[in-house]
Amino acid sequence: MTTDTVAAPLEAAPVTTPTARVALVGNPNAGKTALFNALTGSRQKVANYAGVTVERKEGVLTTPAGRQMRVLDLPGTYSLRARSPDEVVTRDAVLGKLSGEDAPEALICVADATNLRLVLRLVLELKQVGRPFVLALNMYDIAQRQGLRIDLERLSQEIGAPIVTTVATRKRGLSELLEQVEAIVAARKPELAAENVWHEPTPSEIRAAHAQAERIFKACVKPPERPDTITGKIDGVLLHPVAGLLILVALMFVMFQAVFTWAAPIMDGIDGLFAAVVEFANAHLPAGLLTSFVADGLIAGVGSVLVFLPQILILFFFILLLEDSGYMTRAAFLLDKLMGVAGLHGRAFIPLLSSFACAIPGIMSTRVIDSKQDRLTTILIAPLMTCSARIPVYTLIIGAFIPRTTVWGGLSLQGLVMFGLFAVGIVSALVVSTIIRRIFWRGTVEPFMMELPTYRWPEPRNVLMNLWTRARIFLSRAGRIIMPLMVLVWVLSTFPYPPEGATGPAIDYSIAGRLGQFLAPLMAPIGFNWQMTVALIPGMAAREVAVAVLGTVYAVGGEDGETGALSTLLKNQWSLATALSFLAWYVFAPQCLPTLGVVKRETNSWVWPTVMFVYMVGLAYLAAFIVYHTAVALGAG
Amino acid sequence: MVEAFSPSLEAPLEADVRPLATARRGDRGVIVRVTGVSGAAEAVAADELERRLLEMGFVEGAAIEVLHEGLFGRDPIAVRVDDTRVALRRREADAVSVKFDGQ
Ligand SMILES: Nc1nc2c(ncn2[C@@H]2O[C@H](COP(=O)(O)OP(=O)(O)O)[C@@H](O)[C@H]2O)c(=O)[nH]1
Ligand SMILES: [Mg+2]
Repeated sequence: MTTDTVAAPLEAAPVTTPTARVALVGNPNAGKTALFNALTGSRQKVANYAGVTVERKEGVLTTPAGRQMRVLDLPGTYSLRARSPDEVVTRDAVLGKLSGEDAPEALICVADATNLRLVLRLVLELKQVGRPFVLALNMYDIAQRQGLRIDLERLSQEIGAPIVTTVATRKRGLSELLEQVEAIVAARKPELAAENVWHEPTPSEIRAAHAQAERIFKACVKPPERPDTITGKIDGVLLHPVAGLLILVALMFVMFQAVFTWAAPIMDGIDGLFAAVVEFANAHLPAGLLTSFVADGLIAGVGSVLVFLPQILILFFFILLLEDSGYMTRAAFLLDKLMGVAGLHGRAFIPLLSSFACAIPGIMSTRVIDSKQDRLTTILIAPLMTCSARIPVYTLIIGAFIPRTTVWGGLSLQGLVMFGLFAVGIVSALVVSTIIRRIFWRGTVEPFMMELPTYRWPEPRNVLMNLWTRARIFLSRAGRIIMPLMVLVWVLSTFPYPPEGATGPAIDYSIAGRLGQFLAPLMAPIGFNWQMTVALIPGMAAREVAVAVLGTVYAVGGEDGETGALSTLLKNQWSLATALSFLAWYVFAPQCLPTLGVVKRETNSWVWPTVMFVYMVGLAYLAAFIVYHTAVALGAG
Repeated sequence: MVEAFSPSLEAPLEADVRPLATARRGDRGVIVRVTGVSGAAEAVAADELERRLLEMGFVEGAAIEVLHEGLFGRDPIAVRVDDTRVALRRREADAVSVKFDGQ
């Protein structure tokens, strides 16, 4: 396990009763996370399993008998025959082979009482492993409402394990469940645990297990008196080929609006607050290096992490609602074919849509995609979506260079250029995705197969708890990488100091300034002068920072660079070809270290941020080169 | 990237047994055979696809009904397998042979 952990410290176990370890397994949507939340409350921590990007959620509880218990929420699965990195974790945890982890003493198999067929086969696999387990028949409230009759005694005999009925969202049945687990752990006789005879089943063994599960099912479960008909009716509308898609588009529109606009005032507030704190620090601490470091490096760095939080929370709020209600799989169903044209999974639409607000929440939400290849493809193209941080840059350049005229009977030329920049981003994302598929995964197609769960009202408490988990993950994960990067940018643009009596702006003499001047010849072919090149380096902190830095480099209007003055100045200093080339650069260039940092975090390797950086710089240079020389040839040089 | 999908042209086992890939909305039947589909474009081997289908409940003897079809090329499809609703592409559905009712 990595040390990347957060929040609620896990109290040390009292020495008298040894801490027990328990893991939750079951099909997706059986209520494992809800049960995990109900059992452990806020005493959770989230990290990654050693060496993989699978989330490791562990919580602590104290049983009525006073024993400390560590509970692990494992990724959902239909079988121990792991098919994805998530399922490998589940299998290895169940088998007790997970590197760096102790084997659990007992398992809790969480089953949706209203959907027992498939889980019974998983239970038979668990039995082969020989690790003692308790079957938690969850969603028992729904089972009772439907008049479903389950012969619990018989079922318990058939599967050879104790059964407890639970309602995770109402915290019902938890103490009985813990009692059963406690009994297993207290007995803890090695001879009680049967020998592990599990191996990857062959197709015929799966068929045999199915037949056995079917026999148990028929013997123990009477069909419901009032079966659920609502899901079918809702699906009739939501999965309608035309109406379903329209509703989806409307939903996505609301979500996009929310991420884009609801977050804006809060983000401005955070920005303003941190700017004020920076100003206060600058004013009240003795001027000098330390103050500059604290104010412009540290405080601004913290601010740059926190500023993403509103968008992340709003986005994940919607995602959690979509997931918990059961709609997420429907959306993936509706969009699979469209996204598939570019080799993307149906679920990639959420990350990509959110990336229009900001690539960071977008990339973090690629977790909704199960297949590793599909997830990576989506991560790699997410920054090509035009994020809100590009808009100040676009606005500045378009305002300065594109005349305020209308074309084609009333369309604003400036608006058209802005639209064009968005469109180029989307189209190139689709092209890049197609190419990534061909190069990295050689055009293979992962099977698309998923259960469409019964619709459920999301439980507010559960949603809020999961949202809180997301916020903690973001602050620890992203914070730990974005913060240092921000400090790095500060160091680069501060040191060394300008010599005595220097006339130019201080940044010209810093490492960033020198690096910019050094790189300038490289950027000359795309029409960039050295001031622009210098601005690109601190501009790595975030795209919109480039505007302020251009202001500083050209020494206009102080810190924030009054846009009006800057705009007039740029108009006199740059040719139209240079301006267009700068726009083309900004469509593609990875001018955002936080994004690269989050990619590193999410993929757990430097390979993918490097691939992303290289391909985006390459595209940006190529695009700017073509735009510049075309414009020059047309007389805009 | 995904080349156009065409249902397999193997001779059917019996007259009214067809791959699930050819089914239309509302069709019902019973699964009679689950195999795998192999091809260069498949990320998983035929044997692996067969096991995944089996694990999702596509097993010989299960009742099946096509509930929904996608807008584009009527793909993917949503089916009911016994009591479970499952979405899958026609590409994968080609591996499931169904004896359809009343045809
Ligand atoms: N009515 C009811 N809903 C539940 C129960 N347990 C979980 N849910 C809901 O079922 C959905 C899926 O639960 P979740 O914990 O995400 O399932 P997981 O995929 O197994 O982790 C959520 O909307 C939960 O609020 C329960 O006992 N009764
Ligand atoms: Mg879960």
